[in-house]
Amino acid sequence: MDENVLKEYGRDALLRDAPGSDSELHVGYRAEHAGLTLELVKEISEVKEEPDWMRRHRIKSFEIFEKKPLPTWGPDLSHLDFSAIVGFVRPKGQGYKPNSWDEVPAEIKNTFEKLGIPEAERKFLAGVGAQYDSEVLYKSLRSNISDLGVIYTDMDSAVREHPELVKKYFMNRCVPATDNKFAALHGAFWSGGSFLYVPAGVKVPMPLQIYFMMNYPGFGQFEHTLIIAEEGSQVQYIEGCSAPHYTKDSMHAAVVEIFVQKGARARYTSIQNWSRNVYNLNTKRAIVQQDAVMEWVGGTLGSGVTMLYPCSILVGRGARAEHLNIALAGEGQVKDTGAKVFHMASNTSSKIVSKSICKEGGVVRYRGLLSVGAHCTGVKSNVRCDSIIADSKSKAETVPVMDIRSKDAVIGHEASVGRISEEQLFYLMSRGMDADEALSLVVRGFIEPIVKELPLEYAVEMNRLIEMEMEGSVG
Amino acid sequence: MALLEIKNLRAFAEDKEIVKGLSLAINPGEVHVIMGQNGSGKSTLLNALAGHPKYRVEGAAAFDGKDLLAMKPHERARAGLFLAFQHPNEVSGVTLSNFLRRAYVARHGKEVSVAEFEKILKGKMRDLGMESSFAERGVNEGFSGGEKKRSEILQLAVLEPKVAMLDELDSGLDVDALGKIAETLSSIRKPDTAVIIVTHYARILKNLKADRVHVMRDGQIIASGDGRLALQLEEKGYSWINAAAPAL
Repeated sequence: MDENVLKEYGRDALLRDAPGSDSELHVGYRAEHAGLTLELVKEISEVKEEPDWMRRHRIKSFEIFEKKPLPTWGPDLSHLDFSAIVGFVRPKGQGYKPNSWDEVPAEIKNTFEKLGIPEAERKFLAGVGAQYDSEVLYKSLRSNISDLGVIYTDMDSAVREHPELVKKYFMNRCVPATDNKFAALHGAFWSGGSFLYVPAGVKVPMPLQIYFMMNYPGFGQFEHTLIIAEEGSQVQYIEGCSAPHYTKDSMHAAVVEIFVQKGARARYTSIQNWSRNVYNLNTKRAIVQQDAVMEWVGGTLGSGVTMLYPCSILVGRGARAEHLNIALAGEGQVKDTGAKVFHMASNTSSKIVSKSICKEGGVVRYRGLLSVGAHCTGVKSNVRCDSIIADSKSKAETVPVMDIRSKDAVIGHEASVGRISEEQLFYLMSRGMDADEALSLVVRGFIEPIVKELPLEYAVEMNRLIEMEMEGSVG
Repeated sequence: MALLEIKNLRAFAEDKEIVKGLSLAINPGEVHVIMGQNGSGKSTLLNALAGHPKYRVEGAAAFDGKDLLAMKPHERARAGLFLAFQHPNEVSGVTLSNFLRRAYVARHGKEVSVAEFEKILKGKMRDLGMESSFAERGVNEGFSGGEKKRSEILQLAVLEPKVAMLDELDSGLDVDALGKIAETLSSIRKPDTAVIIVTHYARILKNLKADRVHVMRDGQIIASGDGRLALQLEEKGYSWINAAAPAL
């Protein structure tokens, strides 16, 4: 990934003030006014020429959204102003059927090309997508993969082209709109995202990737990701996120639903680097059937407030879940992240590894829920949460909730909180590394167990982001 | 000109004075041994010279013609000052080879590819009789006392400092292991570099010839001499030197 773009879209790089004109912002169509209203819900549905069932789903979700209170058990959300959020911005260019890179407007193409897309696709990906504000501009899938029956398209197209699959799985059994206020909000305003269907027995040899960019100031991005890995299939999906830094708050409320059918294996990797005034409030969940494996790998670097607890519901005997998460919080950032695992069948197992770093007054909080049903036997789970604190202004907390009703469940839980000591940094400096380099090396070592699970390009990016984050952290 | 010239150096931890006006000149090619009992200020002296932020330092120190005290710790290291720690820190998750490559780049001021560096490192490890798998372990992570010392010596060999300061190199090592490390140290030294060894015991001098021996007590050098001083000290004990050099 291009250093300059990282700099530009990384932390407090470009604090742009007033938004430019719509044309400068590559807007094709957008909601006329800010505010997340019922009128906008209807407008989105109309603009997208959606079937009636989806329109009804949106309106019902909006009603739920209005009734649900904001969660009060987590970070302070009192400054989140729904009336100031621009809920729909369609980028210039072909809104539908985004399949030709050539048709993507040059300026937008430029941005993505700087991010290494679609170069990366040629190198190591089975397919790639790019979403700019509300809609997906580009999506491609290698022909040898589509020949296997794999479907990889944007969610809006999936509603039109695969209605039976979408109807079957979309926001009903996995993440219904009633789940929480932001899931309801998402159900009403969702736009863009990925639809990935892997037929039974198909093993996709390379990861699929999507890149999300939020560009419009004060924008709300609500992309929906639906992944269905049919019996015995295997797939890896990676998403990256970034946004330039404006003075207006933005929000991102995604929903990810993953169905891992019998004996299938799915890995979902996400590297989030939103700018620091983004409220990042997502609901990500997988339903894991018999002998299936779900792996979540996440790096949460950007955003202001993040609430994210990927959830695995192990419903089939022998199902397995692995959650690996890195969270970093610097000045003004609150990372309330963790994992939820429900063991609802016997012989299910889970492993949760969380590594948090806080510095310059940042707050990291691991919040986890581990639940084992009374009727389940042979359940195993291991939870490990480590935090390091770079200075005395910063805070790391652990809130692990365990509801273990089965007598023979084997549960391990380890937590550690460490401070980066002066001694340790001095040791590195005495070998010629300056203070920033020393700190970033300590942090890189700390997250290494998770980074080594990332595909090489992402591991490199992750390390580079950490290095940038650590620049100037030591006085 | 001395390679390292210390004049009236004082080091304070918070308000406590630990090194109390110490002067020392070390020429290229020399080996100096600083002996002294626990709490005499030997380790503090080395750490203060390396720039440990815990110590406030007064006085003057010139290193290779530069004002050492005006330099940050990493600048001292890049200029060729090396401290082998008595208790080196763990850097979990960072392999020794990766760590050393960064240190090498910093010290020599030029980029080196992973492959190139691997060649350099393997060569050094071969010279030191080390298994190359050693470099793939986390820095000091789960190392035994002896492994930590060997790792410090490997770092010294790779970084090729002008002045190497070795803090209690002999602690926690048996006589054989110490002898081996001292031999290694002699073999990797370049003729125009200098070594400062801090130790309780004279035994390391069996394997390494010292040009000067200094005895520290209460933050000052109370006696200096050649290698024979160390042997005398070993034989007669610190009470002898204490009697010979009453409080200054």
